[in-house]
Amino acid sequence: MSKVLIHTIAKFLLLMLGVSVVTFVLVSLSPIDPVQANVGQAAYLNMSEAKRAQLAEYWGSGLPLWERYGNWFGDLLHGDMGVSLRYNAPVAEVIATRALNSLALMGCAWVISGVLGFVLGTLAGLWQNSLFDKLAKGYCFVLASVPTFWLGLIILMVFAVYLGWFPVGFSVPLGMSSADVGLADALHHMVLPALTLSVVGIANIALHTREKTVDVLESDYIRFARARGLSRSKALLHHGIRNIALPALTLQFASIAEIFGGSVLVEEVFSYPGLGQAAVTAGLGGDVALLAGIALVSAALVFAGNMCANVMYGIIDVRMGGDRR
Amino acid sequence: MILHEAKNHRLANRRLLLVVTVTAFVVLAAIVIFGCVVYDQANATNFDQKNLPPSLAHPFGTDWMGRDMLLRTAAGLSTSVLLGVVAALVSAVLAFVLGACAALGGSRADAVISWCIDLMMGIPHIVLLILISYALGKGFWGVAVGIALTHWPSLTRVIRAEILQCKESLFVGVAQALGQSRLRIALTHMIPYTLPQFIVGLILLFPHAILHEAAVTFLGFGLPPEQPAIGVILSEAMTYLSSGMWWLAVFPGLALVAVVLLFDCAGSSLRRLIDPKRNQE
Repeated sequence: MSKVLIHTIAKFLLLMLGVSVVTFVLVSLSPIDPVQANVGQAAYLNMSEAKRAQLAEYWGSGLPLWERYGNWFGDLLHGDMGVSLRYNAPVAEVIATRALNSLALMGCAWVISGVLGFVLGTLAGLWQNSLFDKLAKGYCFVLASVPTFWLGLIILMVFAVYLGWFPVGFSVPLGMSSADVGLADALHHMVLPALTLSVVGIANIALHTREKTVDVLESDYIRFARARGLSRSKALLHHGIRNIALPALTLQFASIAEIFGGSVLVEEVFSYPGLGQAAVTAGLGGDVALLAGIALVSAALVFAGNMCANVMYGIIDVRMGGDRR
Repeated sequence: MILHEAKNHRLANRRLLLVVTVTAFVVLAAIVIFGCVVYDQANATNFDQKNLPPSLAHPFGTDWMGRDMLLRTAAGLSTSVLLGVVAALVSAVLAFVLGACAALGGSRADAVISWCIDLMMGIPHIVLLILISYALGKGFWGVAVGIALTHWPSLTRVIRAEILQCKESLFVGVAQALGQSRLRIALTHMIPYTLPQFIVGLILLFPHAILHEAAVTFLGFGLPPEQPAIGVILSEAMTYLSSGMWWLAVFPGLALVAVVLLFDCAGSSLRRLIDPKRNQE
């Protein structure tokens, strides 16, 4: 077990090292000069030469790439991710507050899409070729082609603009101090973005679960259970669900990258102050430190998801118990 | 005496699939050509006719500068489709080369390429696209290079698996025993074996590439606002949502969904036509 653990940690560190190099090289390649992008054109022109040099040194634009990477990475190891220009606060702080919003949103969407997708897929597989199955399949195929941000726009238009049931954006009511914001307010603002993310996320998991259910229903052990007099649904419930749940869980954990990508778009549409919106703001505003920080955090999240999938495999699938020696 | 005559009033399955595939490609080509033809008209402003809801003269309505949304949508779709197709082609060639290297280049090359795939898939796709676009200073090249460089991992895995399977197969073994050169085996056995999967994988990359182009442009990292692209149209529409101009967002989005569905449909029909394991379904 400890061998597996060390192997996993080594893999994680190597991957994060790779991600940090790729991210840093990419943000450093940019022709967008962080000094100019943040001070503004007019202020930059009026600035004294000494001030410019001071800022350039602050951004390290004089040093070669590898040296800058070394400095940045060294600070990163001490937990210092730099200072965000856009939000005028340490990157770690910005990410921490925003990650809370994002994780709440993604967590909701992840659970809802997973559970609904699984139920939908299982029922569609159980009633293969029925009207329900056809509708479910059609829904999934169409949803797989719908751009997340467009669906968000439509949902925003219908529920927030026309029906006025939900606020148009942000995670709390405008003009309210953060101390007064109750849980209900926060939830109320999260409904539409979470709905959009869930609706899109269902398609993939439902289609895979359906295929798997059809396979399982044709298997020998279900036939044996049926021969003993169990109904199709009972046989599936008692003998099939574990086998169907396993790949579904793996898939759902592996889909964290997609949910994160979706949340970037959804947060932008709903002006929801999460990591995704911060990444877009950072990218558009030349906030190098924040952009790199968010890329690292998202990669860590994706890795954690994949690792959870592996651990779950060991717990649910009794055949994999051999690893625990 | 025929007791049980087969009902044969339906089009045969394979012929139906062929019809679907060809129709999908023809419709897509028609959309692209129409979009290119009306490209200049799409930018023509007419301030007498601004903010009009859909009517017979303007089926998709007009925007706040009096541009006809049908023409703008068509021009935007053709831009998006062309960009997506070219970028996906580059990605697919990359996938083929890397997949072949991983399968034939020994265990070390295989490990390096697998690690690169893990790395690419470890960063959420949209975040990676934002990073690459940022590195290139946004704009056309930002999004084009971003899409071309990030869509190879899944296809690389498919190609690698195909080539490995082919390498283990009996006919390659026979060819080797007969003393054929490696080049000859690659040309006469491996390429014909993997080409169908490659072409289908390529076509199924198009919808992803097109959707990602639209998304990145929508976020502001892609095509510049003066170009008619679906992402630009939709991000502009977002600012006019609260004024009740629903047609600005609904129709261009539906058109994009239709194009993506057509590509998907063409790709999966073609797969069923040329995949020997599934072509009787």
